Amino acid sequence: MSTTTVAHHDDHAEHPTGIMRWLTTTNHKDIGTMYLTFSLIMFFVGGAMILGIRAELFQPGLQLINPEFFNQLIGVHALIMIFAALMPAATGFANWMIPLQIGAPDMALPRLNNWGFWLLPPSAILLTLPFTLAMFGIGDGALATGWTFYPPLSVQGGIGVDFAIFAVHLLGVSSVLGSINIIVTLFNMRAPGMTLMKMPLFAWGWLITAFLLVATIPVLAGAVTMLLTDRHFGTHFFDAAGGGDPVMFQHLFWFFGHPEVYILLLPVWGFIPQILETFSRKPMYGYKAQVYSFWAIGALSVVVWAHHFFTSGMPVPALLYFMYSTMAISLPLAVMFFCWIKTMWKGSMSFETPMLFTVGWIILFGIGGLTGLVLADVAADAQYHNSYFVVAHFHYTLFAGGIMGIMAGVYFWLPKMTGHMYNEKLGKVHFWLTAISFNLTFIPQFFLGLAGMPRRIPDYALQFAEFNMISSVAAFVLGLSQLLFVYNIVTCIKGGKKATDQVWEGAQGLEWTLPSPPPYHSFTEQPTVK
Amino acid sequence: MAKINECETLSPKQQLDLKNKRLVRKLLWMLLGSLLFAFALVPIYDVLCEMTGLNGKTKNSAAVLAEAKVDNSRWVTVQFTTNVMPGLGWNFYPKQSSIKMHPGQIETVIFVAKNTTNQVVVGRAIPSITPGIAAANLKKIECFCFVNQALKPGEEKEMPLRFFVSPQLPVDVSDMTLSYAFFPSVDEGK
Repeated sequence: MSTTTVAHHDDHAEHPTGIMRWLTTTNHKDIGTMYLTFSLIMFFVGGAMILGIRAELFQPGLQLINPEFFNQLIGVHALIMIFAALMPAATGFANWMIPLQIGAPDMALPRLNNWGFWLLPPSAILLTLPFTLAMFGIGDGALATGWTFYPPLSVQGGIGVDFAIFAVHLLGVSSVLGSINIIVTLFNMRAPGMTLMKMPLFAWGWLITAFLLVATIPVLAGAVTMLLTDRHFGTHFFDAAGGGDPVMFQHLFWFFGHPEVYILLLPVWGFIPQILETFSRKPMYGYKAQVYSFWAIGALSVVVWAHHFFTSGMPVPALLYFMYSTMAISLPLAVMFFCWIKTMWKGSMSFETPMLFTVGWIILFGIGGLTGLVLADVAADAQYHNSYFVVAHFHYTLFAGGIMGIMAGVYFWLPKMTGHMYNEKLGKVHFWLTAISFNLTFIPQFFLGLAGMPRRIPDYALQFAEFNMISSVAAFVLGLSQLLFVYNIVTCIKGGKKATDQVWEGAQGLEWTLPSPPPYHSFTEQPTVK
Repeated sequence: MAKINECETLSPKQQLDLKNKRLVRKLLWMLLGSLLFAFALVPIYDVLCEMTGLNGKTKNSAAVLAEAKVDNSRWVTVQFTTNVMPGLGWNFYPKQSSIKMHPGQIETVIFVAKNTTNQVVVGRAIPSITPGIAAANLKKIECFCFVNQALKPGEEKEMPLRFFVSPQLPVDVSDMTLSYAFFPSVDEGK
């Protein structure tokens, strides 16, 4: 991939300063920065909530928080981590990097882009406001149903459920707007010569994610709207007394909920191979195979939803179908794992922080995937369902597979975005602390789940005490070591060694042809890709 | 192709805007389609449930008394469980916990409900059958669950269920559970 020169337009672009710059910006880099900053803040908000949970679970019995508050914390933790931390992080990268990677001057719909971002802070406030209101005696706190909103509990719940429903509506609108923008950008704004099959893999991952979002977010929006009308307007979608069926909510929710997993992961699967090829100093292996795997996973993801509630009751043929189709997802994933490993094979590898995170990511995400196969087995799931085994499994996929992947991306692109190198030593310390404490947090939870400890319960039997203690201590180490991450980012923004244009010796792609940091307006004349 | 020709008179910037608008419009249609699909899933789900017995629902009206012959060659055990949902101050239980019968044989089981409150309360019993695949084979001739039940303060009422199990019951089903959950009625006016 060779390119023409970069247009050095004006580095000192005209834009309002101060708060008005950020409120009114339509610049993809500014908006990307806002998404990433918002995501980082919410990562700590959600993290603080779960540390409250882990503190309570440090010992059996009830010590610190009452069960109602415990229930609220787990649900809001999940919603914040998924919708306000992971998804905005991926959207932030999309905004920053997709125009740079495809040689476009900006996103296709910049004003929509601004709106998409500014819907996020209000929805985060909606989610967490009931906590504050409860302190003043209004309502009984936030959503206490877990993030899944299952009726009849969510129909009976307090105002926290209504707040969460409206928050989900806003978050949904925001991510759908972001997706439409990305699809239009990718289809219409690519540099001349860049065919779809020449797009960087990150762009491909996001394209599939965006289509999945457009297809499934409305189903979630519909489901929570039905919940809202059941609560306040006398409908009986999920009320058995009125001819409805609470299990139908589970179908609707997971029709969105399962693709959501791949919505969170596809952007990461996109840039991980780019990091691998950079630090292995050889082109990625199996680009086409990975693109086709993305398609396969995107298609399979919408037809496997019922494996989330095998125990809710289903005819045996349906159980078998959902079991086999779920297991089939491991085939395209295996192709991707093979491609990742083959990319590193015989490469001249070096282990800077992004590469450390990436290699650690492959191993830990692999564990998440394999334990998922255990849960996909109907017979095994009858035992493991709703246990800590499930909790450990999805944290291996979403913390290791999601957030650690995002961290790899942050370290990879931070020098490009800020123009400075981050502190490499601190980055490595951050990686090792994160990887070790993450495993110490969640490996005990696998054992707890196998031994029968149910999730979402503030108390537990005495025989689970030791593993919970280990898990809680490690969770606090994991949480506190993320402060290193923030420190490293902040110092990198403020200054440090100048980054070169290419930043990394083996970096390939259009974004590395621009100066670091890229000018406010880049690619005002599109480069040509051969 | 016609669309491209129409673009030729426009500047590249205008062409791009036009292309973007068209794609956005298509994507908005897709969005609307998914939203409609979400609401269409409600009736689709009901139809699927009726076909497969997915949610163990039985027909909510009296079965026609078929001239079915009693299948004396096998037995089926029907167990009864009852629940009272929150907000209904009733006691509710079956007089017998299970019954062993031949498919095709008509039986009557008495359920007892007592209003423990000092108000008139209207309730509605919702049945569910496990395994779901057998739901279509439990035929009710007369059931208290077909209509709302109103109990005066302190009133106790014996309510019959007359039913049979269809001889078409799959041969591998020898046990089934009929569960009744009594809900506060949601349509008291009717």
